[in-house]
Amino acid sequence: MNSNKPLDLSAKVPPIKPSKLLSNSRRIEMFTYMLQAREFDLAMQRLNRQGRAFGGVYSQTGNEASSVGSAYALGDKDVLFPMHRNIGGHFVFKQDLNTLMLAFLAREGSLMRGTDGTGHYADVKKRIYGNVSHLGAMIPVAAGFVLASKMRGESVVSMTYIGDGGAQTGEFHEGVNFASVQKLPLILIIENNQYAYSSPNSVEFACVKLSDRALGYGCFGVTIDGTDVELVYETCFKAAERARKGEGPSLIESITMRMRGHAEHDDFSYVSREELEYWKKRDPIDRYQKYLLTKKVLSLDEITSIRTKLIDDIRSAIDYAVDLPFPSGEEGFKNVFID
Amino acid sequence: MAQLTYLEAIADALRTEMHKDERVFLLGEDISTYGGAFKLTKNFHEEFGRSRVLDCPISESAIVGAAIGAALNGMRPVAEMQFMDFVTCGFNQIVNVAATTAYRWGIGVPMVVRGPSGGGVGANPFHSRNSEAWFAHASGVKVVCPAFPADAKGLMTASIRDNNPVVFYEHKGLYRKIKEEVPEGEYIIPLGKARIVREGIHATIVSYGSAVHFALSAADELLKEGVSIEVIDIRTLVPFDQETVLASARKTSRVLIAHEASLTAGFGGEIAARIAEHAFEHLDAPIMRVAAYDSPTPFAPTLEKAVLPNSTKVMEATRKLLLY
Repeated sequence: MNSNKPLDLSAKVPPIKPSKLLSNSRRIEMFTYMLQAREFDLAMQRLNRQGRAFGGVYSQTGNEASSVGSAYALGDKDVLFPMHRNIGGHFVFKQDLNTLMLAFLAREGSLMRGTDGTGHYADVKKRIYGNVSHLGAMIPVAAGFVLASKMRGESVVSMTYIGDGGAQTGEFHEGVNFASVQKLPLILIIENNQYAYSSPNSVEFACVKLSDRALGYGCFGVTIDGTDVELVYETCFKAAERARKGEGPSLIESITMRMRGHAEHDDFSYVSREELEYWKKRDPIDRYQKYLLTKKVLSLDEITSIRTKLIDDIRSAIDYAVDLPFPSGEEGFKNVFID
Repeated sequence: MAQLTYLEAIADALRTEMHKDERVFLLGEDISTYGGAFKLTKNFHEEFGRSRVLDCPISESAIVGAAIGAALNGMRPVAEMQFMDFVTCGFNQIVNVAATTAYRWGIGVPMVVRGPSGGGVGANPFHSRNSEAWFAHASGVKVVCPAFPADAKGLMTASIRDNNPVVFYEHKGLYRKIKEEVPEGEYIIPLGKARIVREGIHATIVSYGSAVHFALSAADELLKEGVSIEVIDIRTLVPFDQETVLASARKTSRVLIAHEASLTAGFGGEIAARIAEHAFEHLDAPIMRVAAYDSPTPFAPTLEKAVLPNSTKVMEATRKLLLY
């Protein structure tokens, strides 16, 4: 794949590349997480329109395969440093809906006490460490986390994400170079979702593929179709294996599409109808659903029933969270420093 | 007790903590085989191994960022900036990641970012800066500026053991210039406690870092004339020991603030505001300040001498304060 050239709008949608590493029950699990991410996203969009979610609501629609397939490849000691469009990874790491909804809506009892929102929280027990808005900043941090593990002789892989925009920051360069020099077990997924806010790839970089940079860092690099969840999974699983063997970081460019504006306020007028149509045909959930139906892994009835349960659970989480008050203003004075 | 230089005292604190606590490790540029630009970590790699004295690429964001990540994962890293001037390149990591983590996540980032700062050594605008006030303004970072070897050791120990990010400003001009008795073994001075370096009654000079020495030599001169100056070394900007400063202001009624950093929006402005707000009616004179001229720190000795504060400038300002 070439990440920085005009789309061939007439190109056929390729078939899913099945991974030999996956059983059907695990396929269903991954697909369920993808659906959960999509439904959570749709719910957040509705809450935003209703004026019940404030601040930025950053849709991840289009990113389900990239986020779920990558996080699903990790083990139960590994850590996740997700970005704001990686809600799928939170579900893979067993985050519960109430906790997430409290964090997103900044209600009383949220993990961040109302000090910050979106997916920026950390939940140490669940091995999730959120980002800051200065994208790229968490790459060296994710590297340092496993530097510590490595010093103690522990086998832990750290996975983090950056976009086609954030990959142009200095901290991206410093973080990947440092991790490569130290041969750290870091997997960096560059989610190239075509737009950094309104800026297309042509504004952001001049190389053919962002993974080409791996050569310059001396680490592994590959560019993949980020709308094929099995391909994402298999690529990341192998990256984790290499990481555990001490072979250093992997730079995986996952080509996807951000199917909505940067955040819900953004009218998305800079994207052509043709381009959106192209990507709609590559909707990661539609593609995988078609595959699972064709292979008779799931029936349409079963999918409907999974989806209905997910929607019900999200509704319950919203009901639980929206009626709770915001944290007391006193919280604003706490924890600037801790003992 | 051993006679140690300021530099040796800091190295002693690092060594003592590294022996005591295997979570403590060092990372920075040229710190291992080379021993650091000022040889502060000379032979450390032989004592602790290269993984605990980690040579890093010239990437301050990666150095500070990796320290934060390691701190989140149970370690107590001490990151060296080869010169504190280069902390600018790691600024985002400190103010946006480290400084916000306790507030947002309730998790400590027990990390120290340390290095040589300050001028008066004929360096240039990029090897002389006193940037401590930037971090005092960041909310969520502790800021330490020791003036003496024993304090440097005790405060470094406290900084390493603190569960919050600390930026530790060493003054390169003091590294080998001063020597004093430094307690052996574990020695800790809590952060946020000012020290009355000399008691006096006619006026107070509040200072930190190199300026404490300017204040002391001014006080020595004035003592010959029968004038007794109280000298306070605040030692840490964050936390700031307001009470000790206010008590002295109430006692002497005349306050001069001296620091080597430039004047405008320097930490002296904050100290002055606190005194004005809480001890106004005790003052017999306006609060005065001696600081560097608001310029980059120049290279040639003549320019540098003109721009930076020194004992003579502090003494002249103190006389003015006394005569008001």
